[in-house]
Amino acid sequence: MQQIFNFLIRNKNNILFLLLLGISLFLTIQSHSFHKSKFISSANFITGGVYNWSNNIQTYFHLEDYNKRLVEENKYLRSRLTNIQDTISAENFLDSLSYEGIYQIRTATVINNNYSKTNNYITLNRGKNSNIATEQGVITSQGIVGIIDQISPNYSRVISILNSNSRINAQLKKTNHFGSLVWDGKDPNIVQLIDVPRQAPVKKGDTIITGGRSLIFPQGIPIGNITDFKLDVSESYFTINIRLFNDMTNIGYVYIIENKDKAEIKALENSDD
Amino acid sequence: MTSAIIANIIRFIILVLLQVLLLNNINFLGYINPYLYVLFLVLYPFNTSQTLFLLVAFLLGITIDTFEDSGGINAAACVVVAFIRPAVLRFSFGVSYDYQTVKLANTPFGARLGYILILVFVHHFILFTLEMFDFSHIFLIAKKTLFSGIFSVILILISLTLFKPKRR
Repeated sequence: MQQIFNFLIRNKNNILFLLLLGISLFLTIQSHSFHKSKFISSANFITGGVYNWSNNIQTYFHLEDYNKRLVEENKYLRSRLTNIQDTISAENFLDSLSYEGIYQIRTATVINNNYSKTNNYITLNRGKNSNIATEQGVITSQGIVGIIDQISPNYSRVISILNSNSRINAQLKKTNHFGSLVWDGKDPNIVQLIDVPRQAPVKKGDTIITGGRSLIFPQGIPIGNITDFKLDVSESYFTINIRLFNDMTNIGYVYIIENKDKAEIKALENSDD
Repeated sequence: MTSAIIANIIRFIILVLLQVLLLNNINFLGYINPYLYVLFLVLYPFNTSQTLFLLVAFLLGITIDTFEDSGGINAAACVVVAFIRPAVLRFSFGVSYDYQTVKLANTPFGARLGYILILVFVHHFILFTLEMFDFSHIFLIAKKTLFSGIFSVILILISLTLFKPKRR
């Protein structure tokens, strides 16, 4: 017994080193598997507070840019609105409430944004208290940003599309051929659409939008356009490089989309097992 | 002694804030970021308990990781650097380290540069290997380690020169 204690005391630094290294490797491995990193995230009280404080200062420098973006979006929405009013008066009756009401949109401010690593996350200044929940989609007026993955009472963390763990369903705008949106970790403006069947009529410059097969994003949100494409090793699927409409290095305000029918659809899909 | 502890605590907080608020957003040429917070491990007093140093290094790494959402990669890199530091000190400064009399500011420039280079490059190599988590990207890891390492070493040398302790 005495010898065991002596051994432990003599090697206490080596043992402590192995223990600490083990803990950090455990946390690293956990962060590489999707939706598992529970302990260490920037959506907590201290880190969220520090980022919020620094963001309060930075916002002033970007005000002009954000204003310009809002004006653009207002212009677009106003043109949509006039079109809708035309349709309503033409067809006399359209129950727009039940059609539009599936998705609830909320706004949030980005307080921390990464894009230079292989697994990037974004921190937002809204959390559980604002009815944000995990697996809600995050977009800007120009395109998609990511999916909520961690929440705290006042902050939430988003898995950016610039994350090697992120897979989002996307499709060609012209046809309904779809694939998965992934990122190879190189250029923050270019993402990849993989597993698109060979039959799809892929052309340079075509637009890619979100597909309707996930419960997270509504169908038809623009993502980017095709810069180039090639067949993968099996020669039966395309790997397509997409230039994002969204500048992922400069996101100010985002919209969070909640699908109100998600629970109902999930219950229906799981009912047979 | 207490003044040394307070100085280290202040240095810890300043370096963490500087790292997460400013240096992580530099992204020079798209992916090159300096990791100046290694300076804390470089400057940490030489003649204190190694056990405490390992714990402090782990705390430093995990703090940076919490801000960056990177799991435990900075913690792992910091703990390894803390573990090998006595050996690196003996290698760089030779006999004077064994007598615990070495002061970083008074050492010859070559030895000091070697000491900083080894610590920074070991730290960066582990950091980027764990970040990629894939040895098929070995060239990307090497490239990032080299460029970010050079950037960090330059910043560390500049900070050491700027905040040199006053000579009597």
